[in-house]
Amino acid sequence: MKRRKLDLGAVPGNVARGADERLQASTPLRGLLNKVFPDHWSFLLGEIALFSFVVLLLTGVFLTLFFDPSMREVVYNGSYPGLRGQMMSAAYASSLDISFDVRGGLIMRQMHHWAALMFMAAIVIHMFRVFFTGAFRKPRETNWVIGVTLFLLGFFAGFTGYSLPDDGLSGTGLRIASAIMLSFPVIGSWLSSSVFGGEFPGMLIIPRFFIAHVLIIPALLLGLIAAHLGLVFAQKHTQWPGPGRTNENVVGERMFPRYAMKQGGFFMAVFGVIAFMAGAFQINPIWLFGPYRASEVSSASQPDWYVMFMDGLVRLMPDWDIFIPLKIGGGEGYVIPPMFWPAGVLLGVLIVLPMLYPAIEARLTGDKRIHNLLERPRDNPHRTALGMMAVSFYIIATISGGNDVVADKFHISLNAMTWVGRIGLLIVPPIAYWVTYRICLGLQQHDREVLAHGVETGIIKRLPDGRFVEVHQPLAAPDEHGHTHLEYTGWVVPKKMNRVGALGPAIKGFFFPIEKPVEAPVSPGHPPVDPAAKREEVGSSH
Amino acid sequence: MSTKTPSTEAVDINDPKLSRFEIIREGARRDDIEIVHYEPQFPPGSKAEKRMVRIVATFFLITGVASLAFLGVFIFWPWEYEHGAYTLSKFYTPLLGVTLGIALLGIGFGILTWAKKLLPHEISVQDRHVGTDPESQKLTGETALYMLDELGLKRRPLLKGAIGLGLAPVAVVAAAPLIGGLIKDPHGEERQSMYKTGFNPVYNDGNLVRLVQLDGSPVRPEDVSAGGQITVFPGIAHGNTNEWADSPTLLIHLREDDARKAAAAADADEINRGAYYGNYVAFTKICSHAGCPASLYEQQTNRLLCPCHQSQFLIIDNARPVFGPAHKRLAMLPIDVDSEGFFVAKSDYKETVGPDFWERP
Repeated sequence: MKRRKLDLGAVPGNVARGADERLQASTPLRGLLNKVFPDHWSFLLGEIALFSFVVLLLTGVFLTLFFDPSMREVVYNGSYPGLRGQMMSAAYASSLDISFDVRGGLIMRQMHHWAALMFMAAIVIHMFRVFFTGAFRKPRETNWVIGVTLFLLGFFAGFTGYSLPDDGLSGTGLRIASAIMLSFPVIGSWLSSSVFGGEFPGMLIIPRFFIAHVLIIPALLLGLIAAHLGLVFAQKHTQWPGPGRTNENVVGERMFPRYAMKQGGFFMAVFGVIAFMAGAFQINPIWLFGPYRASEVSSASQPDWYVMFMDGLVRLMPDWDIFIPLKIGGGEGYVIPPMFWPAGVLLGVLIVLPMLYPAIEARLTGDKRIHNLLERPRDNPHRTALGMMAVSFYIIATISGGNDVVADKFHISLNAMTWVGRIGLLIVPPIAYWVTYRICLGLQQHDREVLAHGVETGIIKRLPDGRFVEVHQPLAAPDEHGHTHLEYTGWVVPKKMNRVGALGPAIKGFFFPIEKPVEAPVSPGHPPVDPAAKREEVGSSH
Repeated sequence: MSTKTPSTEAVDINDPKLSRFEIIREGARRDDIEIVHYEPQFPPGSKAEKRMVRIVATFFLITGVASLAFLGVFIFWPWEYEHGAYTLSKFYTPLLGVTLGIALLGIGFGILTWAKKLLPHEISVQDRHVGTDPESQKLTGETALYMLDELGLKRRPLLKGAIGLGLAPVAVVAAAPLIGGLIKDPHGEERQSMYKTGFNPVYNDGNLVRLVQLDGSPVRPEDVSAGGQITVFPGIAHGNTNEWADSPTLLIHLREDDARKAAAAADADEINRGAYYGNYVAFTKICSHAGCPASLYEQQTNRLLCPCHQSQFLIIDNARPVFGPAHKRLAMLPIDVDSEGFFVAKSDYKETVGPDFWERP
């Protein structure tokens, strides 16, 4: 038998053919490799959330290997002397062990916590990006709803995880959660006793939260993230208006290799920043809080930042209970506690209203068209102003969640802080609406002014009649009135002289120039397509 | 620059004269992608390009050094907790974080520089196919409706009824064990009843329950100085643990003037009449708002502040809420001193303790 010589050059082709004959993947694979992504720095925000989620999964797996989700009372015997000999739950003791008696355990704990904060922050800022640019409009309403749900799931993932160590701070949070459940009319006490398996705290809540935190919620998150990304993939990214960009195309670069490689680099960067923060900045030092005891709490007990708005709303709520003097069912009347409004009703509204927003906006504006081009926030002042109204509401609620710390650090009366929050919650959002609306109109006005008159040059000219005027550099040939008639396209208008090519680009190089300075001002805009003949250096020969 | 130009004719990809880039471009074209601009950022072999290559290499080398440092710290640095301010083990986690952070950022920045500076810059345009195909939609819709027709539900009304009555109940079968298993009656007569605390004599074989401190020692009146306060627990088994989360109580020794006011206010109230002992009053520590232990007691104003949501209660007026979200006063524990001189609870709390809820009596 004669051995055939291996033709190395034919190997890739043969492998590809073999794979294609079995998996039928070659055409879809080429489509995937070639898929075009438009790029803008703000698109990175959602990816930061995704990358943080990956870090959460990685570090979370490590933590489950050492965590004991049990409320059994044990005596602590670990390395931390401050708590040695104390009675505590096994959950808290194992959290202490992860921090002190597992090599590298503390950094994993802190990475997990920092990644969780980063995850929520990235989600919120990503939502701002999507909202203020109108990226939620048709056909992306479903993905907006999935996104809001992801925020909600992240909120519960965070809360359940925060509760697991069963330390003094998280136990207080659980107690408040039980009070929130209790405040629901009619079903409150049933809800709380069903979740806690009896009266607070019982013996079941930590094991139950553990299953929710490591199994149920991550599974839901994974499924929804897959759906979220799948939809982005199918619908393709939105893009900013610009030269050559229409509602019907995507202008950017193909996924492989440059775009995908950049994403890989960004992932490592996010991972690195989380690792750095986890080492350098201490977070949730549970050993300082002690085990949870129903009789102990410290001042300045704040939840993680994404729960603070709720805590703030609860703090600001006046003591308005509703008493229902119905003496049926053996009771002496019924009551709706004030807690129900901020923690039950308002939270529901704050979840449902954003979910419905795309439908509401489409209904009010009558705009049912498909939008793949983004809008600059200034071009839709109503929406931008509404968004800022919501943001200011959220900020005041969040600050109020720490109003005792503010009062303490700035020597303000605590009661005054509460009143500032109560009044602020009512009057600041409308003010924010008005101010934002005017700013948007002003920015629009300025864009149009530049299009009509040109860029301000900073050169002041004195006219023969004594007036001083600023010289403008028109963007096109002006008519006899000195006006240019350029259409506003929804994209950046050049406002500085070097944006219209009045100055050459900066010369690269830190100590020494690494390129020759350009001789003449270059005009902006994309160079034309090179003819294929000049491209020989790009691909290697066959 | 539009998607329509340059409208090059489809090329034969088996043409040996084509460069690899031209074949790639043809593949992209078949995916409705037009590569309209593609050029290296630096001339190949130029000084600038070599500089970029050096930068990428440096980033990767930094990663190598930092990774080794991470491993070295991980293995050799003393990591077990040592007591003291600046012991070596205090720097274990920071060193791990900094070395790991530098290692990962080195990879990240290296890859980013490589991708952003060394790979050719391109502009491609892909069609979106925004307008869906109405004909195809009609065909899909009709196919689905045809399947419904074939089921013949319209012609066979008995099946419709059978589905409603026969199959609907099974829809909740999955939920029933899950939810049913969780439901727990909050009013059960178990130990953890919502209306009883550890001070109920039921839990002490019918005897009055002593007030004890966290370590279990009973409290005498002289243990609390005037103007002072301590947290007390029911003197029963596990009375000082979270099993009895509603039982922690604040025992306050009021000063003479305040005690007189507090006594007058208590006696004027139907429920709290005579619930104090001398200058001593006892209120539940569990805030009526959210259940946090309201424990910041301000001697001068006799106000009790809950640090969670800033509800404030006026102790000398039956612990009435005076500020913040709480609307219900703190329940007062009727106290007395037994024959051995220790504090006891005369009875359980007469009002519900803990956060407020719908059917509170």
